Amino acid sequence: MAGDAVFYAKADPSVLVPSPVSGIVARVVRGEKRVLQFVEIAPDAVNEYRDFGAAKPSDLDRAQILEKLKASGVWSLVQMRPYGVVAKPGDQPKAVFINSMDTAPHAPHIDVQLAGREQSFLEGMEVVKRLSDRTVLTVREGRSLPVFESLNGVEIHLFSGPHPSGNASLHIQQISPLNKSEVIWTLTAQDVCVLGELFLTGTCRLERVISLTGSGVREPKHIKVLPGSALSGILANQVEADGIRIISGNVLTGVHVAKQDALHYYHHQIATLPEGDQPDFLGWLLPGFGKFSLSRTFFSWLTPSKTFALDTNMHGEQRNFVMTGQYDRVFPFDIYPLQLLKAMWASDIDKMEQLGIYEVVEEDFALCEVICTSKQPLQELVREALDTVYTEMN
Amino acid sequence: MKFLHNFLEKIRPAETSPMYTLHNAIETFLFVPGHTTHSGAHVRDAIDLKRTMFTVIIALLPALVFGMFNAGYQHYRWLSPDLAFWTMDNLMYGAMRIMPMIAVTYIAGLSIEIYFAYSNKHAVNEGFLVSGMLIPLIMPIDIPLWMVAISTAFAVLFGKEVFGGTGMNVLNPALTARAFAFFAYPTYMSGDKVWIGDSADLAQKVDGFSGATALGQYATTGTTSYSAWDAFLGFIPGSIGETSAVAILIGAAYLIYSGVGSWKIMLSGALGALTMAFIFNSVSGSMDPGPMKEYMSIPPHFHLVFGSAAFALVFMATDPVSAAHTETGKWIYGFMIGILGILIRVFNPAYPEGWMLAILLMNTLAPLVDYYVVDSNIQKRLKRAKA
Repeated sequence: MAGDAVFYAKADPSVLVPSPVSGIVARVVRGEKRVLQFVEIAPDAVNEYRDFGAAKPSDLDRAQILEKLKASGVWSLVQMRPYGVVAKPGDQPKAVFINSMDTAPHAPHIDVQLAGREQSFLEGMEVVKRLSDRTVLTVREGRSLPVFESLNGVEIHLFSGPHPSGNASLHIQQISPLNKSEVIWTLTAQDVCVLGELFLTGTCRLERVISLTGSGVREPKHIKVLPGSALSGILANQVEADGIRIISGNVLTGVHVAKQDALHYYHHQIATLPEGDQPDFLGWLLPGFGKFSLSRTFFSWLTPSKTFALDTNMHGEQRNFVMTGQYDRVFPFDIYPLQLLKAMWASDIDKMEQLGIYEVVEEDFALCEVICTSKQPLQELVREALDTVYTEMN
Repeated sequence: MKFLHNFLEKIRPAETSPMYTLHNAIETFLFVPGHTTHSGAHVRDAIDLKRTMFTVIIALLPALVFGMFNAGYQHYRWLSPDLAFWTMDNLMYGAMRIMPMIAVTYIAGLSIEIYFAYSNKHAVNEGFLVSGMLIPLIMPIDIPLWMVAISTAFAVLFGKEVFGGTGMNVLNPALTARAFAFFAYPTYMSGDKVWIGDSADLAQKVDGFSGATALGQYATTGTTSYSAWDAFLGFIPGSIGETSAVAILIGAAYLIYSGVGSWKIMLSGALGALTMAFIFNSVSGSMDPGPMKEYMSIPPHFHLVFGSAAFALVFMATDPVSAAHTETGKWIYGFMIGILGILIRVFNPAYPEGWMLAILLMNTLAPLVDYYVVDSNIQKRLKRAKA
C-alpha cells in the first residue's frame, strides 16, 4: 500500500522511504557494491493508502510527532544543513527553514504548487513548528500568498533578485548562519503539505506539482505527479524529436535521465534541452554574435536583448583554474569560493571547515559552474567533499 | 567545414603517440569540440580559456601595430629627420623585425608546452597564446633572435612547467623571460644601443646618434629630450610594445569591458605609482643638486607615460594566475606594485626601470596578501561561532 516502506537508511533504520503507490514490486536494480539503484513497482489500478492515523499536532508531543513522521516515511522529505542530506531525527535543530521560492530556471510557481492545498499547508506548518524553537518561511518578494498571511508563530522573510536568491543556503546565511556542530532542517513548501496531509488524513500522499519545461517539450506546463513516476507517461506526446536531453530536476542541478527512467524523489521539475554535440568551427575565434556569455568576450553584448536557445555543449575543454574573481558575480555568500574549492580539491578538511563548507551545498555552486572559464566540474567536487566531511564527522 | 572535421577524424593518431597531443591541439584550435555536459549544470557559458586568451591578444593588437610603426619610425628618423610616422615603410620595417621575434617565441614556447602536455598526458593549455605575444612586446628591438628563444624556453620550463603548467605558476612567465634575458645578456637589454633597430649601423652613419630612452636620459643627465605628450602617444624609443600609452589604454579598455582584465589592479597600480612619485617630489626639494634630485622631481604623471609603466600595469600585473586571487588582495597587490615600481625605477643605479622587478616581487608576495585577506574571513566565522 502507498506509504509502506520500500527500503530504509543503512545508517539509521528508523528512516524509511515510502512507496508512493500501492502495487507489487516488479524489479530491484542494484549497482556497484550492491548499492540500490531503483525499485520498480507495478501500481494497482486504484491507489490504496496505509492508514497511520489522523491526529492533531497540538495533541502530540515532539517525540510522538517525530515517531509519526518516521513511521509513515514522510521523514525522508526533511533535509538537514550542513551536508544537504536526509535529516537525522535525533538532532535538535536550531531552526527549521521552509522554502517557498525556487528561483531555478522554469521552476514551478508557488501559487500553482499550493493551489487547493492551503489546509494541508497550514496543518503541516503546525507540525513543523513543534520540531524546533524557530520556524522560518522564506518567500519571494511579490509572490506572497494569502495562506502565508494567516500563519502564526512563523518568521516570514522576503527575498528578491535573480537565482540563487531562492537557495536555502543563502536564506540560512542571511537569517541564521550555521556554525560548526549546529543543525538546521529544511523543507520545501510542497513537502509541508505532505506533512499536513499525514496529520489530516493519516495517509502518506506524495503527489506534487512539477513543471515540465525546456525547448524540447511541445507544450511547457505544470503537472501533478507522484515522485518516481515513469517519464514515458509524462513525456508522451511532449518530447518526440531525437537529440533532446531529458533532465529530472532543473537545468542547473538536475540529473540526466533516459525516457524509460523516472522522476527523482526530490525533484520538482522535468527540463529538456537540445543536445549540443556538434563541433563548432573556430567557435572560440569568431566574433560570436549568437553566443551566450556572462562575460563580454563574445560580441553578443552588442545585442543585449537577444534571447538564446541554449544546448548542452560544454563550449570548451576542462583546464586548471586560471581566472579569479569570476565566481563572485554569481556567488552571493560571505565565502571565498575559489579558496574553498581548492581546499576541497586538496581534501583539506580543516581548511574546508574554516572557509565555510557547512554553509553550502552543491546547488550553490551551480552558477559558478555555468560561467566557469576552466570548465571545472564544481558540483561534483562539492558533493564529494561534503560526503568526505560527513563520513569523517559521523 | 564538415570535410575538414572528417579529415581530422580520419588522421587521428593513436592515443599513446606524441602526435596525438599535437593532433588534439590542432583539432581543438579549429573546432570547439562537440562535448556535452556530463555532470553538474547542463548549460554552460560560451567562454573558455581559449577565448579568454584570445581576448587578451585582441587587446594587445593596438600596442603591437603601433610598435611596428614606431620601430620603423625610430630607425628611419635618424636618416631623414622630418619623417612622417604612419608610413608603409615604417610599418614594413617594424613587421620585418618583429614578426620573426613573435614566430621564434611561439615556436620555442609551444614546442616545450606540447612536449610537456604529451609527457604529462593532458591537453595543450592556452596560457602560452598570451605569453608568446607578450614576450616580444617587452623586448628591445635589437635583441638577437636566439636570445629571445632561450629566454622563452627558460620561462616556460622554470617559470611554468616545473610548477605544473598553466594555472600553477607563481611568477608571470613573460616577465620571467624578460628577467632571464636581462640578467643573462645585460648588454642587449639595457643601455642606449638596443632600443632602436640596427643601432650599431646607425651610429656609424649618423653623427650624434643616441638611442637612449627617456628614462635612460633621466638617469644619466637628469632631464629628457622627449616631451610627456610624445611619450603618451608613443613616439619614443623603448621596448617594442611599451611606448604608446594610448595604444595600451585602448587595450586596457577592452580588457576591462570584456571582464577579462582586473580594473582593480590597473587602477590601484596607477595610484600606487602616483603616490610614490608624489612622495619623491615632496622630498626632492631639500636634496643636493644632481641627477638624483632631478630624477626624484619628475612629475608624477610623467612616470605613467614613460618607460613600461602603462604596459606593466595593464598587461603584466593583471595576469590572474600570478596576481592576488582575492578582490581585496588585488587592491593591495596593485598598489604595492605601483609603489615598488617607482621606488626601483628611481633608485636603481644599473637600469632605469623598475616594473619587471616590482611585479615579480609582488608575484611572490601575492599568496601572502591572499592569506591575510582569506584569514580575516576565517576569523569572522570563528568569532560568529563563539558568540
